[in-house]
Amino acid sequence: MEAFFEWFRALYEQSGWNFVFIYEQYERERFITAMWTTIKLSIYCLLFSLVVGVVGAWAQGAKSAIVRNVMAGYIQVFRNTPPLVQILFFYFVLGTGLDRAGLMPTYDAGGYLEPMLGAFGWAVISLSFFAGAFNVEIFRSGIEAVPESTVEAAEALGYSRLMAYIYVVLPLAFRVSLPALNNNLVNLIKTTTLAYVIAVPEMMYTANQIWSDNVNVPEMMIVLFIFYVGLVAILVYFMHKWEHAMRIPGYGT
Amino acid sequence: MAWDESQPMVSINDVHKSFGELKVLNGVSFDVMKREVICIIGPSGSGKSTLIRCVNALNTIDKGSITVQGQEVHDPKLDKLELRKKVGMVFQQYNLFPHKTALENVMMAPTHVLKQDKAEVEERAYKLIKKVRLDGKERSYPGELSGGQQQRVAIARSLAMNPDVMLFDEVTAALDPETVKEVLVTIQELAEDGMTCMLVTHEMGFARELADHIYFTDRGIIVEHGPPVTFFTDAKDPRTKEFLSQIL
Ligand SMILES: Nc1ncnc2c1ncn2[C@@H]1O[C@H](COP(=O)(O)OP(=O)(O)OP(=O)(O)O)[C@@H](O)[C@H]1O
Ligand SMILES: [Mg+2]
Repeated sequence: MEAFFEWFRALYEQSGWNFVFIYEQYERERFITAMWTTIKLSIYCLLFSLVVGVVGAWAQGAKSAIVRNVMAGYIQVFRNTPPLVQILFFYFVLGTGLDRAGLMPTYDAGGYLEPMLGAFGWAVISLSFFAGAFNVEIFRSGIEAVPESTVEAAEALGYSRLMAYIYVVLPLAFRVSLPALNNNLVNLIKTTTLAYVIAVPEMMYTANQIWSDNVNVPEMMIVLFIFYVGLVAILVYFMHKWEHAMRIPGYGT
Repeated sequence: MAWDESQPMVSINDVHKSFGELKVLNGVSFDVMKREVICIIGPSGSGKSTLIRCVNALNTIDKGSITVQGQEVHDPKLDKLELRKKVGMVFQQYNLFPHKTALENVMMAPTHVLKQDKAEVEERAYKLIKKVRLDGKERSYPGELSGGQQQRVAIARSLAMNPDVMLFDEVTAALDPETVKEVLVTIQELAEDGMTCMLVTHEMGFARELADHIYFTDRGIIVEHGPPVTFFTDAKDPRTKEFLSQIL
């Protein structure tokens, strides 16, 4: 391992290519932390955006017109504004607003109080709602693809509407939605880079810090590029595996 | 008052039903006793499906009454689950759950709805699949089965709830002529076991052979009815005569 690090130090000395985050321990640690932050951010956002999608699609079919209108408004707003503006809005307007109103719970971070919801938390919330708005639409078209007669068959067997939704509609709608969902989740991972504007120490932000300190912009760009290619490839790999596992023999295509 | 077998299993009394302006049922009344097999026939659009769907509350009615084992179906306080445990239904388009195997299709409702023990339900499901002569197909998905096989799974799925009455809405209408027979045989065996059956059908030979009573509907009323012998040979109403002359 040491030899590997030293090879990069030598590379720098001989050629000027400075992959400082490999051979300098301090930079290496913040780089690794950044990778984990991006991965964590991606996973949280993926999961929450799916929850938003499922609950939202259910709410769109609600009896109450108010609930349906709120959902429609939410989707319009989040689909039609830039995610960069959303994330800034959440952090600076909602975050600051809650702080000023004294509504933000705090915790003791070793002598001083920190808000419960920091930049990372706001990034998760804003990005989840952003991707969630698309997921709602994706799931809704999946749900609409399930024939009413199939739901009726479940009801004739004694299923309530909710149980038919859980056991019949969702599993079928999910399969129909997977390709579109796949696209949207890839998009979400790409969008997590926006968290750098509110100083979440994820890859984009940390790369920026490293190149500011070491003046190695091209090197950091190469690494960022490779990192995101890899991260998206992993997601796509699992989504395809999932799609494959969910395939029903003799159904659909 | 508790229901007993001397009373009708299903009792339909002066049922009216409209979809918006369209009056579909205009006062239909008849009773079905336990173990009876009745067939409803009639031209397309005469309200046969609507009527049969009212019996398990898939459709509501505007006026009149329908009781199943003495329990009023069109009571706003109706316990739908209680009703649907008693009344099974098979549809023209099978409507199986495509993401589940044949066996799982049969097992789903008893495990999810009745919360019965899974191992016990599975054992029963195997027996039901055997009963509809699909042993060996337990692990097949609906998309891998022929129409006739799917329809028999649908019958088994319905039987898994242990219903007292079975409703069949043109269950052979979507099938190839060769596969119609296998489904009809299944229904016949069911009837011979004593299941109370209400069938909407265009299979006149089947109706003649199996039905205890035949009802002919046109424009939302029962125009003519009787046991098959008299119904097929001695129809009085001109509409019935015309329909029979077209179909036989
Ligand atoms: N949910 C509905 N909304 C509006 N109209 C309906 C609905 N269901 C049925 N109808 C109408 O009610 C009439 C009777 O329909 P129904 O399905 O009961 O006829 P049917 O006798 O079963 O005909 P078929 O032999 O073609 O199946 C038809 O004119 C149909 O268009
Ligand atoms: Mg019909």
